Amino acid sequence: MEMPAPNPDILSKKAELVTRLLDILPADAVISDPAETRAYECDALTAYKCPPLAAVLPSTTQEVSDVLRICHEMGVPVVPRGSGTSLAGGALPTEDSVILGVARLNDVIETDYDNRFIRVQTGRTNLSVTGAVEEDGYFYAPDPSSQLACAIAGNIAMNSGGAHCLKYGVTTNNLLGVTMVLMDGTVIELGGAHLDAEGYDLLGLICGSEGQLGVVTEATLRILHKPEGARPVLIGFDSNEVAGACVSDIIKAGVLPVAIEFMDRPCIRATEDFAKAGYPDCEALLIVEVEGSEAEIDEQLETIMSIARTHDPVELRQSGSAEESAKIWLGRKSAFGAMGNINDYMCLDGTIPVSQLPYVLKRIGEMSKEFGLDVANVFHAGDGNMHPLILFDANKPGDLETCEAFGAKILKLCVEVGGCLTGEHGVGIEKRDLMAHQYGEKDLAMQMAVKDVFDPKWLLNPAKVFPLAASDAHRIAAE
Amino acid sequence: MKDLRPETEAELAAIVRDTSEPLRIRGGGTRPIGVPVNGAPLTTAGLSGIDLYEPGALTLVAKAGTPVAEVETALAAEGQRLAFEPMDPRGLLGTEGEPTIGGVFAANVSGPRRIQCGAARDFLLGVRFVDGRGEVIRNGGRVMKNVTGYDLVKLMAGSYGTLGILTEVALKVLPKTQVTGSLACDGLGDETAIAALCRALGSPFEVTGAAHSQAGPEGAARTVIRIEGTEASVAYRAAELQKVLAAYGEFTIDTDPDSTKATWRAIRDVQPFHGTDGDIWRLSVKPTDAPGLVARIDGAEALYDWGGGLIWLCVPKGTAGQDIRTAIAKTGGHATLIRGTRGGGVFQPLAPPVAALQEGLRKRFDPKGLLNPGLMAQAREAAE
Ligand SMILES: Cc1cc2nc3c(=O)[nH]c(=O)nc-3n(C[C@H](O)[C@H](O)[C@H](O)COP(=O)(O)OP(=O)(O)OC[C@H]3O[C@@H](n4cnc5c(N)ncnc54)[C@H](O)[C@@H]3O)c2cc1C
Ligand SMILES: Cc1cc2nc3c(=O)[nH]c(=O)nc-3n(C[C@H](O)[C@H](O)[C@H](O)COP(=O)(O)OP(=O)(O)OC[C@H]3O[C@@H](n4cnc5c(N)ncnc54)[C@H](O)[C@@H]3O)c2cc1C
Repeated sequence: MEMPAPNPDILSKKAELVTRLLDILPADAVISDPAETRAYECDALTAYKCPPLAAVLPSTTQEVSDVLRICHEMGVPVVPRGSGTSLAGGALPTEDSVILGVARLNDVIETDYDNRFIRVQTGRTNLSVTGAVEEDGYFYAPDPSSQLACAIAGNIAMNSGGAHCLKYGVTTNNLLGVTMVLMDGTVIELGGAHLDAEGYDLLGLICGSEGQLGVVTEATLRILHKPEGARPVLIGFDSNEVAGACVSDIIKAGVLPVAIEFMDRPCIRATEDFAKAGYPDCEALLIVEVEGSEAEIDEQLETIMSIARTHDPVELRQSGSAEESAKIWLGRKSAFGAMGNINDYMCLDGTIPVSQLPYVLKRIGEMSKEFGLDVANVFHAGDGNMHPLILFDANKPGDLETCEAFGAKILKLCVEVGGCLTGEHGVGIEKRDLMAHQYGEKDLAMQMAVKDVFDPKWLLNPAKVFPLAASDAHRIAAE
Repeated sequence: MKDLRPETEAELAAIVRDTSEPLRIRGGGTRPIGVPVNGAPLTTAGLSGIDLYEPGALTLVAKAGTPVAEVETALAAEGQRLAFEPMDPRGLLGTEGEPTIGGVFAANVSGPRRIQCGAARDFLLGVRFVDGRGEVIRNGGRVMKNVTGYDLVKLMAGSYGTLGILTEVALKVLPKTQVTGSLACDGLGDETAIAALCRALGSPFEVTGAAHSQAGPEGAARTVIRIEGTEASVAYRAAELQKVLAAYGEFTIDTDPDSTKATWRAIRDVQPFHGTDGDIWRLSVKPTDAPGLVARIDGAEALYDWGGGLIWLCVPKGTAGQDIRTAIAKTGGHATLIRGTRGGGVFQPLAPPVAALQEGLRKRFDPKGLLNPGLMAQAREAAE
């Protein structure tokens, strides 16, 4: 993965930069010792590492604004950081950049049950947002698997999703407003406790913009009352094709489950060895969860099971209790851990039209043989968001490169069948150079024009999202 | 003047590339909202037709000039619908013409169900559009989860044709529900009504509509709450909601398909204000702020939707927009003039740095200022 060469001019101004940052921040909020900046050298895409010039940990929006103003004046690139769980290298620093971490901005500012929103500082973790309202019966719906660690800041920047987004939507559908600081230090407010934008939908635009348009410091989030209950059914099939058809039939029948999860045989076997959830040894397995009162759940599950029966399932297991539900979810929830237990893995998240599931799974199987690397599939089937996990050995020379080539081929396939490169993890550096497969030159130029407007000097997280060759002209013109 | 009527996207792009005269973009022309635009009328009517519909994937792709009615008919045949419930503006605005799917998204139009399932923009998965330089641009796709690059799809939704002319939209659709239940209570004051709606929306019973009309169908104020689902589920939730709401008033349940449909259509299309001659405003606010805000505006009649978060306001003809803007500045939110005296501008004025971003985007998407110029202009410019 190529990153632009660090600007020697900026490297030489480190002392001046640190002095200026210390003028506006407490001493413990400025990290410049190379032994300590290493803590920020990567996110969850650990194959790529580079310590930043410095890292800062502001505690207020004003401090964020001051930091950005100084970096803007000195022409220093800034990489915003939440919790560093990005799988796409979104928070990877460059040698000449400052990491701006929002971890200390973690307060709840306001909870309002009548109007169903919570306002938080964005360094707060996803799970602790729900934690703040749970006792009163409410929750924040988007639930990425990383929710214990990842911050609302990163969720907004990546427009993260979760297992329940089939029913509740992803971050952008649950975000009502933000306070954001532009690269020159200007603080702006978008949205609020009311619905829809007064003017262009800039809130929709900044959600998913991967820290390239501004630093988000506060967010107003929609909260919902918890459902009365939820229960899954587990359905096993002896072909991916039939499982795919069953998903499509469930959706067509008009039941809207909260989640439809899909696991293929390699994934079922690996998780079974690891977690012993008692899954059947079959080709494809679905976990379908519905919500409501006990009677409502029974009614919906009955509809789903009668659809499943028309596809001759090899297993049909309805949960009747909290323990049985936990057992059904156990394997699914351990899938990543199980794969990690076998080997290093790379997790992709391309999305495809649901109708293409069987074909894409078949092609991935063929490619697995071609590249000589095993792959397991576990994914959100209701919305076609795949998660192929490619196994490789980081200590074996060349294996990472083979894995990346395999991954790129899968993602190109997703695009070919009418899907996209990434459904929830973002582009970052990982998929940056594949963008030209999804979008034409003019499509990308239009997106980069948006960055020109928000960040004319291209200082915010500059070497991400767009292929370097495409963004070169913008970055160089801005210098 | 005869409308420009491109039959293909390429033809449209050529028209924009070659013109130096501003264009006034029309879908069905049913929604003449915004500052009137001087320019050559250009209709999207030639860009029509459904290109792809996969009921099992809940997705549909159509050309922007496709009539909404055609989309709705295709969906109904598979038991599906546009869940965000776009209104038919013709009764309120006294317009004719055939609303188009492109116009719905260009105006980000959503009805009562927005409160539960999201706005039009939340259902827009992908777009193709011609920008002000005559370039064809693509963004998003036709899958439900997509974070590949910037979300220009959301930006296009609600930009009223000032950033580009939509040529194709890909959308998410949802299954129709089997039974609709409508709970109603007459005679509540605004404060109590909004409190009851907030309580219902804060329950686990999945309310899909929450409205209060100061003048209901029989004249008295009426508060209504909608639930949808299977017969058993609707019956159960209606009974639970009646208990939850007993403190506010006695809510009766109606599950008759025709009358519940009429109830919610009347709210969606703002029927209480059809045929009135006052000015019509549309306000988006924090729900609990709504009754106080309405009380501060002289002579205002209100229809509250979205649990109070959306206020349709009918004020005496010629009421200075400034009064409404001043009132809303205190609470937060925004106000749009839908019909009537245009003195104080149509859209809510933006904070200067946000207005600068908006202007910057417009210069990039439409450098020559050809697309609906002035339509979303800030009050100051509009007055010039
Ligand atoms: C085990 C595991 C499971 C995961 N499961 C899911 C999942 O189910 N669904 C899903 O969607 N993702 C998932 N992810 C990916 C990741 O957790 C999400 O992308 C998450 O939103 C990142 O949040 P973060 O706070 O860690 O952000 P970081 O990694 O710190 O940053 C991510 C991006 O956000 C930008 N950013 C950070 N803070 C700000 C700010 N204040 N203002 C502007 N930009 C900012 C950064 O520059 C970077 O581009 C998973 C990751 C792991 C490791
Ligand atoms: C004043 C008013 C308020 C409304 N408010 C609501 C509401 O709150 N909730 C609701 O559900 N419905 C609302 N509607 C209804 C909704 O506007 C219509 O269903 C829809 O906009 C009509 O489509 P049309 O093709 O007639 O649009 P038109 O009236 O032709 O166009 C609407 C706007 O979009 C632009 N436009 C049209 N087509 C394109 C295109 N292809 N590309 C780019 N720009 C385009 C036009 O220039 C114009 O600015 C409202 C309608 C009106 C008139």
